[in-house]
Amino acid sequence: MHNANALFPRRQRLAVLALALTLLLPGASAWAAEVPPGATGLVGKLPEHHITADHSKHPALQQPFASPQEVTKACLSCHNQAALQVHKTIHWTWLDPADPTRKMGKGGITFNNFCIAVPSNEPRCTSCHAGYGWKDKNFDFSAQENVDCLVCHDRTGTYKKFPTMAGMPVSEPTKFGEEQFDPPDYNAVAAAVGRPTRDNCGNCHFYGGGGDAVKHGDLDSSLHTPKREIDVHMDVKGANFTCQRCHTTDVHFIAGRTYKEPAFTERKSLVQDDQVKRIACESCHTATPHKAGHKANDHTDKVACQTCHIPAYARAIPTKMWWDWSTAGKKKDGKNYKEKGPLGKPVYDTQKGDFRWEQNVVPEYKWYGGRMDYLLLTDKVDPAKPVEINRVIGSPDDPNARIMPFKVHRGKQPFDPELKTFVVPHLFGKDDAAYWKTYDWAKAIEAGQKAVGLPWSGKYTFVETAYHYPITHMVAPKEKALQCADCHSPAGRLAGVGGVWMPGRDASSAADTLGWIAVIGSLCAVTVHGILRLNARKRNDG
Amino acid sequence: MNTERLYLYTRFERFWHWAQTLLILVLLVTGFEIHGTYRLFGFETAFTVHNACAWTWFVLYAFIVFWMATTGEWKHYVPTFLKLMDVVRYYVSGIFKGEPHPVPKSERSKHNPLQRLTYLGIVSVLVPFQMVTGFLYYTYNQWPAFGFAGALTLQVVAVLHTVGAFAFLAFVIVHVYMTTTGHTLTAHIKAMFTGYEDVPRH
Repeated sequence: MHNANALFPRRQRLAVLALALTLLLPGASAWAAEVPPGATGLVGKLPEHHITADHSKHPALQQPFASPQEVTKACLSCHNQAALQVHKTIHWTWLDPADPTRKMGKGGITFNNFCIAVPSNEPRCTSCHAGYGWKDKNFDFSAQENVDCLVCHDRTGTYKKFPTMAGMPVSEPTKFGEEQFDPPDYNAVAAAVGRPTRDNCGNCHFYGGGGDAVKHGDLDSSLHTPKREIDVHMDVKGANFTCQRCHTTDVHFIAGRTYKEPAFTERKSLVQDDQVKRIACESCHTATPHKAGHKANDHTDKVACQTCHIPAYARAIPTKMWWDWSTAGKKKDGKNYKEKGPLGKPVYDTQKGDFRWEQNVVPEYKWYGGRMDYLLLTDKVDPAKPVEINRVIGSPDDPNARIMPFKVHRGKQPFDPELKTFVVPHLFGKDDAAYWKTYDWAKAIEAGQKAVGLPWSGKYTFVETAYHYPITHMVAPKEKALQCADCHSPAGRLAGVGGVWMPGRDASSAADTLGWIAVIGSLCAVTVHGILRLNARKRNDG
Repeated sequence: MNTERLYLYTRFERFWHWAQTLLILVLLVTGFEIHGTYRLFGFETAFTVHNACAWTWFVLYAFIVFWMATTGEWKHYVPTFLKLMDVVRYYVSGIFKGEPHPVPKSERSKHNPLQRLTYLGIVSVLVPFQMVTGFLYYTYNQWPAFGFAGALTLQVVAVLHTVGAFAFLAFVIVHVYMTTTGHTLTAHIKAMFTGYEDVPRH
């Protein structure tokens, strides 16, 4: 009925309703089935009418291009602030903009438990850098022409950066494994540029960690053309959101990244401020998103929307949950090999070690205030217990913190047992120090530590680590949201989350014990009294 | 045994008695499900039914109080210690010896001193206690607006409400048993349906 209300003015509604009833009543159920459940018609397609330029008509884009940098120069001949804007963003610096020490971020000295860290491995990692030629630490971050406009603005789907060429596309047809990479037709690509689609973002972010769904459990190739089941907002037959519908973009600054600063600091909705960044669920849905008076509205002060509305991640494609580098380097008949597991994903790879993959994963839940604390390569840690590479910061006492779902990727990675620091292995390269060439950890670590300019004792061991990702994408249809008892039960999903009293989960054992003693005591007392009465009556009657 | 038929319980009194019976039972069953003791209807259904019953009882309670005040029925709940110990002694020993009840029911005084104390305690302490703790439990998010955030914790309110529930459950057990102590096993229950009680004349 929502659709009818939007389409027809009030005075016509009765007539339309009457008509609809006459025509559709016999087939009402079939008609209802065509309207996707939950589709309100309130969110439309992205408007195209604000685009006032046809790029295929610009002479600057019709010149022959010998390199992608020349395309960038042509872009900048009109968009003269664009590269300078990009230079300030994390997409360019790979550094947390809120960290003045320039250590936080993969362009700094943070690390993970996937391919560990960028330094010494640049040409491979920076195939996902929005720039050209970051092949070592001498990359010129101030060169405007090194900004890759096309990777984000290509609308033809033909522009591809080669996986191992420091962000450059190929100039000759080249194979990477089975996949063929052709030189882009720069004129065709430039003529069709536009606002980024899901594919532009997804071509890097869905494949973080070097493969589909490796890093994120809630960002993978199923989001290129998702069904409602996978993501209610991006549903291609529904609202068909692009990433920027939530990741509000302002002069190339894209809302949403969280390191030291949260993705949002104010809980404001569009209802309160039309200029709000739409990065939080609350930005559009407000802090009381459910029906007025529904108890679920009372949860939004403690529970993130994601906790109930993303009941599981990796719902379409298995995600990597465990990566043990310590077993890497084993060969079969002197050759590298891969072993496929039950989910069709490799469980062993000579280059990388053992993996575990999982599908439909139930998240772990933690208090989260929007900030993460990342270990640095210079931090000394005690490796006795598994080490949290990034720590979720949040406490039930923080009014801005909510209980949030997380993917936790665990694994084992090289560690310096004397300096008590994690180390960077030089994995990728054609030189003899590269681990993927000679499988010598000592050489690889020496080269890696040298590249990042940090000491190494000469010893290494493997230490278990954990890396946290907030789960925030792949919002499920509302009928798939968690039910009360999923958490409100003695052994529910939030069994391990403290700092909040939850009916059904929490009880005072003292009160319960005394209560049941009183109840059972009453039962015993009346039973005994009754038996005595029965006996007395028999005696008296007799 | 000679008995005298007395009209003790008017229609509205019988109605509120059985309405409360139903409410208490449903509140107990759904309440202990919300408490996590078992799974029966599902948490959400239990929660919804529990709250609906709570508000229903609140309205009913207002009518009961109005009825008590306007009909003078409150007089039956005025506490007295006169013969209280006799009643206690009766239930502890006299009842087994076939002794007569020390305080037989009459139209002027339909509850014995022990009943008066118990019912007064329930109507003026236990029911309001459950209403207040239940209301606070439900409106936890509005505490700052009420102006007493920090003075209480949800845990305290929840535990108090649970303690009240146990008190009700214990009361129900004893109360139901006590209905069997009339001159026949079902005399008291019948009276609560018909309004007429056959009171023994000795």
